[in-house]
Amino acid sequence: MAAGERLLGGAWWLLFGVPAVRRYFGGRFFDSIPHSRRMGLSVTGLGRRTFSARVDYRDELVGNPWRGTLHGGVVTTLIDQTSGAAAFFSRSPPELVATLDLRIDHLRAAEPGLPVHARAECYHLTRHVAFVRCTAYDRSEDDPVATGVSAFMRNGSVPLRLGFGRRR
Amino acid sequence: MNEFRDEVLAARASGDCRRLVELIPYARMLGIDFHENAAGELVFRLAYQPENIGNPSLPALHGGAVGAFMEHAAIFELLWRLEASMLPRVVDFSIDYLRPGQPEDAFARCRVWRQGQRVANVAVETWQSGRETTIATARGHFLLSAPESATTS
Repeated sequence: MAAGERLLGGAWWLLFGVPAVRRYFGGRFFDSIPHSRRMGLSVTGLGRRTFSARVDYRDELVGNPWRGTLHGGVVTTLIDQTSGAAAFFSRSPPELVATLDLRIDHLRAAEPGLPVHARAECYHLTRHVAFVRCTAYDRSEDDPVATGVSAFMRNGSVPLRLGFGRRR
Repeated sequence: MNEFRDEVLAARASGDCRRLVELIPYARMLGIDFHENAAGELVFRLAYQPENIGNPSLPALHGGAVGAFMEHAAIFELLWRLEASMLPRVVDFSIDYLRPGQPEDAFARCRVWRQGQRVANVAVETWQSGRETTIATARGHFLLSAPESATTS
């Protein structure tokens, strides 16, 4: 049993070294979340400890109808989910995580009509906690819309035998 | 932005909170409404809808949806309470998640700790069926005046 688990873990680790595979699972992760589908979030990249995603501009996500700018909460959701995904995929096999806290600095309004991108990095892991920082931007990563820092409780590996995204 | 000010003042005069929510597309999409209770406090509600789920296996509300709900609550609280000439702009927002959000309605209350000329500090508390069981708290700063209005008023 334990040997089987280790073998499966090793296979997963090898598989996860392939960027296309990581991206596939990143996409499945996002698609499994109803609110993410509703908002139209999509995965744009997946590294060892980084995760990138974006949200396209849509009229129903507007927070200031006179200026046509997206609501700050849209950026909150994008950063929350991208950061969570970075923590989730920071280990192979991925780990279930629960958000402890999230702080977002809204540097400026995103330009109306443009998608907002987010890039999150899980920059430190302790036995119980994952620390993530995230930048959201529209035109260039050097000119961010918002930055976020968050901490997640690590709740153990996803049970592999039961399939991806399901729990015991 | 005078049109905006008129809309807000009209909504307040009529006491109809829904008119304020109707102005903000993203608040409509999340399913937010609010009312003034007997004690004169604004109580916000995030109506449960399956699209607000973030973890389908628990299931639990999406942390981002809860966070955005609290951000909306703080903005509506400020709009309802003060002579706003513009939509309050969020400067920073910090959320503490205490429990997973159950698939049911969520409620929030705000407390404006300090409101200055240009910036306000607002705390938000969110609960569900048990009023004593807080599921998340937040604290944020909001800009109340546009840079250009600083010279005119």
